[in-house]
Amino acid sequence: MRLGPRIAELFAKIFLFGITLFIVGILLFIILFILKNGAAHISWKFITMPIEDMGRSGGILATIVGTGLIVLVAIVVATPLGVSSAIYLAEYTKGGRITEVIRFGINCLSAVPSIIFGLFGFILFVETLGFGWSILSGGLSLAAMVLPTIISTAEEALRSVPISYREVARSLGATRWQTVSKAVIPYALPGILTGIILSIGRAVGETAVVIFTAGTATQMPRSLLDSARTMAVHFYVLAREGISLDNAYATATLLICTILIVNASAYMLMHRLMRGRR
Amino acid sequence: MKGDRLISGALLVSAFSSITVLTLIAVFMFKEGAPIFAKTGLFGMFGQEWDPLHQKFGILPFIVGSIWITFGALVIGVPTGVLAATYLAVFAKKKVSAVLKPVIELLAGIPSVVYGFIGVIWLAPIIRTRLGGAGLSILAASIVLAIMILPTIIGVSMDAINAVPKSFREGSLALGATEWQTAWRVTLPAARSGILISIILGMGRAIGETMAVIMIAGNSTIIPKSILDPARTLTANIAIEMGYAVGDHRRALFATAIILFLFIVILNSIALKLSRRKF
Amino acid sequence: MRKILIAVSLLSLLISCSKSSSRIVTLAGSTAFQPYAEKLAEAYLKKNKDVTINVQGGGSAVGIQAAISGSADIGMADLVELPPEAAGLDSVIVASDGLAVIVHPTNRVDRLSSNEVKDIFTGSIANWKEVGGDDAPIRVVSREEGSGTRRSFDELALKNAKISPLAIFQNSNGTVKEAVASDPQAIGYISISLVDKKVKPLLYNGVAPTNENVKNGAYPLKRPIFLLTKKELKPAARAFIDFVLSDEGQRILENEGLIPAR
Repeated sequence: MRLGPRIAELFAKIFLFGITLFIVGILLFIILFILKNGAAHISWKFITMPIEDMGRSGGILATIVGTGLIVLVAIVVATPLGVSSAIYLAEYTKGGRITEVIRFGINCLSAVPSIIFGLFGFILFVETLGFGWSILSGGLSLAAMVLPTIISTAEEALRSVPISYREVARSLGATRWQTVSKAVIPYALPGILTGIILSIGRAVGETAVVIFTAGTATQMPRSLLDSARTMAVHFYVLAREGISLDNAYATATLLICTILIVNASAYMLMHRLMRGRR
Repeated sequence: MKGDRLISGALLVSAFSSITVLTLIAVFMFKEGAPIFAKTGLFGMFGQEWDPLHQKFGILPFIVGSIWITFGALVIGVPTGVLAATYLAVFAKKKVSAVLKPVIELLAGIPSVVYGFIGVIWLAPIIRTRLGGAGLSILAASIVLAIMILPTIIGVSMDAINAVPKSFREGSLALGATEWQTAWRVTLPAARSGILISIILGMGRAIGETMAVIMIAGNSTIIPKSILDPARTLTANIAIEMGYAVGDHRRALFATAIILFLFIVILNSIALKLSRRKF
Repeated sequence: MRKILIAVSLLSLLISCSKSSSRIVTLAGSTAFQPYAEKLAEAYLKKNKDVTINVQGGGSAVGIQAAISGSADIGMADLVELPPEAAGLDSVIVASDGLAVIVHPTNRVDRLSSNEVKDIFTGSIANWKEVGGDDAPIRVVSREEGSGTRRSFDELALKNAKISPLAIFQNSNGTVKEAVASDPQAIGYISISLVDKKVKPLLYNGVAPTNENVKNGAYPLKRPIFLLTKKELKPAARAFIDFVLSDEGQRILENEGLIPAR
């Protein structure tokens, strides 16, 4: 039985819309599920108190600080390397063998599963270099993981700068570097920042890498060589040990809220970028 | 312009950072893992039995587990994702898709441990009571992974569909086809290499996922026989045993990581080649 | 550029603020003992504020490895006896702990003989009806290989026979408990100290798994908890071990459900 094309069209539209709505529904379900069970247990005390009793009571201040420090190390290490690489690829190279190799490297690195970064970080930073389970080991391993993302988004941002900007600068006698730093980068900055912010979001939620390199200490870290627990790791430990489902949900709520805020700011930044261009 | 030369030299050096990291990773893994191949022979690692205490390092059960779970995730995720991408790129109004696309991308921002947790608490018991088996199974893992790779598939497919020249669509409509007929018979086939890339990227992401899989797939050590059976993936095996493995056991785990690494690199290179070869 | 310089100097400032590593004590190993180690660390740090104690998990085998390689100052292992690779390490027993065989609270079975336990976990008995329960397949839940809990169970209850190939593996006491608590057909084993209303502990050869029965020897599934160190141990770590063995430390362990060493 063949449906008339117009009926098929209607059918298809509804079906496709339904699927899309279903997917959005899944996302809302996940977020609401966590929020519903967790929001009740969040209080100012929860956010500011240290972990007590293996996580059954007390708060999660140490994990908030731990997350912040590990992500900070990762971004501080990966951003200069990443943005410089992007500048080189977008502005300084004409293609050729070396560039091909570099691009291949970036591409492969972006595909490496997170567990391998955890493994690599464990062997190199924790054991061989002797940093032990620490914020430093965790941050450096995460830096390796987010490096390709920062490079790609930064390069795209740089490439989206109209050629005219460069031509004008050159015609005024600027060197390549002056052109790049004064004409191109400022224009591409929002795009570059977006990439960095998105990497922050990824790093905050990452668990496999961090557990093997930064460990699971529950105390407030006092130096970069201290082990620390991130919110994601804390959630994982609480949830799987069944120690305190309430606190697990609360931790997950904070975690998801942090990621939502980070992603939302990235999008608002992109939006301003787009609007400013019209 | 010596200053300029210096700067471009410095930039080149940082550009090598990715390659350096990649090489370091490869070197460390090969150094730790390659020796085991001398013991087991190149194909000895592909045996059926994984029993490290008795020097058996067959990773076939985990290869099978990874394949089933990834395949399941693709079977669920690809049609769903491509159809949703079609809706967003073809049928939805600009404003609607501008809102829905970032929302769907949020799915990628949710940490994998949260997915695993919800899978254990909510999905696995449903599978166990409705369909049987332990609940912690290939099916549970496939469903959760499918959701996790949806943003990748949708995003890349949307790009592919939007890259199809407008003339294709306009020509088809001008000949009297409906929007859906156009999408199904003209646009999607034209976008197929981009969609294929999205599938490959999704596959790479699914194979590499660890935390969620450890929580919901059951981690058994034998070859699974149905989708309701528990299974262990290559990544889960590495994560579970790495902390305490010594000697040959540790080398075997690194060898597993090498195999995984090579496989994903090959997948990614294929995706890259495809993306260069446009229409 | 300026941003980068600021960031780098911040980083070096942070690194230089780091305590010298002699005041950091790292423990790693047994996930069964980990929560208790954290509790002890909490109590210890109340009186000794200039020390940092980091507790990691990973399983008893990680504990032994970390102690040997130096990644940890103190390795924690809950094993019946120490394996040969630990021969070069100093060891001290700080507590002991029993293993309870657990099932879902609605399971009709509430006792098993040692032979039945062995047969179930090795896969020879596959259906609950063979031991007096409903007609349903038995789902075995076990710990991963590097776990001291697993190795102890293998040695004491299975007499080192191989575990059933159909078993599901979880990597902590908590997840084993959750798996059994949510599946009416599951059976598993966890530390006695972690048994609560979510699961039902079985009588083993007629003996209830309680700390008293472990202490008086009636209940056989028990293993000691070792703290392992290299022979040259930093004073801060030695001080912590002394605390664990002190009256206060032992009292804390007893309150939390373990059997103290003294």
